[in-house]
Amino acid sequence: MTAMTTEPARRPPFLKSRALRRFVRHRLALVGLVMVVLLSTACFLGPHLLAYDELSIDLRARFAPPFSGAHIFGTDPLGRDIAARLFHAGQISMAVGFSVMIIATCFGSVIGVVSGYYGGRTSAVLMRVVDAFLSFPSVFLLLALAAFIQPGPVMIALIIASTSWMEVARIVEAEVKSLRNQDFVQAAHMLGLTGRWIMFRELLPNAIGPIIVAATLTVARAILLEAYISFLGYGIQPPLPSWGNMLNGAQQYLQSAPWLAIVPGLAITIAVTGFNFIGDGLRDAFDSRTQEH
Amino acid sequence: MLRYITSRLGQSLILLVIVSFIGFAVLTLAPGGPLSQFALSPGMTQEQIAKIAAQMGLDRPLPVQYFDWLRHLVVGDWGTSYRDGQPVLAVIGSHLFATLLLMGTATVISVSLGSAIGIASALRRGTAFDYTMAVLAMVALSIPTFWFGLIAIYAFSLQLGWLPAGNMYTVGDGSVLDYLRHLILPAVVLALVDVAVWSRYMRTSTLTVINQDFVRTARAKGLTRRRILFRHIVGNSLVPMVTLAGLQLPTVLGGALVTETVFTWPGMGRLFLDSLGYSDYPVVMGLLMASAILVLLGNLAADLIVALIDPRILLD
Repeated sequence: MTAMTTEPARRPPFLKSRALRRFVRHRLALVGLVMVVLLSTACFLGPHLLAYDELSIDLRARFAPPFSGAHIFGTDPLGRDIAARLFHAGQISMAVGFSVMIIATCFGSVIGVVSGYYGGRTSAVLMRVVDAFLSFPSVFLLLALAAFIQPGPVMIALIIASTSWMEVARIVEAEVKSLRNQDFVQAAHMLGLTGRWIMFRELLPNAIGPIIVAATLTVARAILLEAYISFLGYGIQPPLPSWGNMLNGAQQYLQSAPWLAIVPGLAITIAVTGFNFIGDGLRDAFDSRTQEH
Repeated sequence: MLRYITSRLGQSLILLVIVSFIGFAVLTLAPGGPLSQFALSPGMTQEQIAKIAAQMGLDRPLPVQYFDWLRHLVVGDWGTSYRDGQPVLAVIGSHLFATLLLMGTATVISVSLGSAIGIASALRRGTAFDYTMAVLAMVALSIPTFWFGLIAIYAFSLQLGWLPAGNMYTVGDGSVLDYLRHLILPAVVLALVDVAVWSRYMRTSTLTVINQDFVRTARAKGLTRRRILFRHIVGNSLVPMVTLAGLQLPTVLGGALVTETVFTWPGMGRLFLDSLGYSDYPVVMGLLMASAILVLLGNLAADLIVALIDPRILLD
């Protein structure tokens, strides 16, 4: 049964495809990949190489500036080692980023594929809901939810995901809509395959390119949003460090200890830039239209 | 045209209803709900909380509560602030101007700078300039706005002392110049992301226009490059950007919230955070709904303006 519906050209093996070659040619994407890999390595190996852990308090060494002594990135107002906190925070911020990516991409894809496949009234209702969610400035919605709900890392990821699935849904919907009338879908219909099989086994795999691009950009977006709400005190709660909550309180020491603000912000910027570069490269790799330029 | 306006109005109305569903769901279904501030205070017994719930009508079925809430929303009775007893709409209204001033200034900066960069990139497609601008735009999109604000304060007010670090004006000095000096930093910080977005879309839009027949005709007529650029290309590439301006509204509004926090700017974002801090639910909900309504109105206005300047849209 499946042998008949499987066209050889339907799903090119990603790793050997032209897409990968084009991704590698895209220098910016490689730069992004290197940034993300280096940062992740630092975050996961760093804590094992440092003499301090992220919670140990050294009151004699409060506000030590970076590159001046035992603490390479300096210390915070409690004398905690910023490097140790930064790496530990990185694990948490990236874990939140990836969790959001997985939740938002799965949810958005399901909404998108259902809406695109059934069309008509189903699509109209679902897409209006997407539009309605997009009408809220996501920071407002996020903060309201985070303030109402007792925050923990899992809850924060869920909340951020609840404001990040709409883009994926739109992209998948558009993609599925354009695939719906192609021959292989007609063939699947005539073979009597169920709607669910056609949606998830036939249509969704064909939309995988745009989904991967959107997923990558979602990681970047989620890291940014986590940083925003944690900076404002409604995200990841101390003593658990995140890049955002390390910046919380940095403003009052801006004059005397600017590194408190500079170091975590740079980490966020590097991570987000890295994922955005990768996403851009993937977009060029998957999008056949960019070939012409 | 009239049919387009009515259908577009109808769409906005439907969206508004869904938006109100979401707003009400956020208010009601969040654990704790509107009573969590009472539940937290130690002197309260279970019976007292139940009594307050009955007084506020929270023991009624959810659909009844929803329609009651919606009715009040429609007639403009958005409740009173827990903090100072003022009507919510009045509280929001008194903070609206500061936010609109900040957003307006930032939009002027991002539209002019972003358009210039976008057009220049399109005209010099494939050059080092185009490539540099593309990379810079992506980096700008990746910098957290609040962190950029902190760095800007550190550099321009703490180190260089050129501009004030926050607030909208100096007490006792009401001059326009003073307002301007306070406006520059937050507006530029808020504009950063939008300059990036705008320049990218403007580049694409310009590239589409450049290859169209009427530009070739203009060139064939022997018009100067400058005249073709300003009379034929710029105007036409700006049309799709009106829609973009509408679509970018939630981002700009969200960015304004973050910028206001860093610069202690007395607008809606600042009010939102203060109200969260005081668990002032009516104001929080009011701001959530007000921001969504503002966005819907902005999108509606953008679509109508596009239809007005480019009637081809009505043919679809």
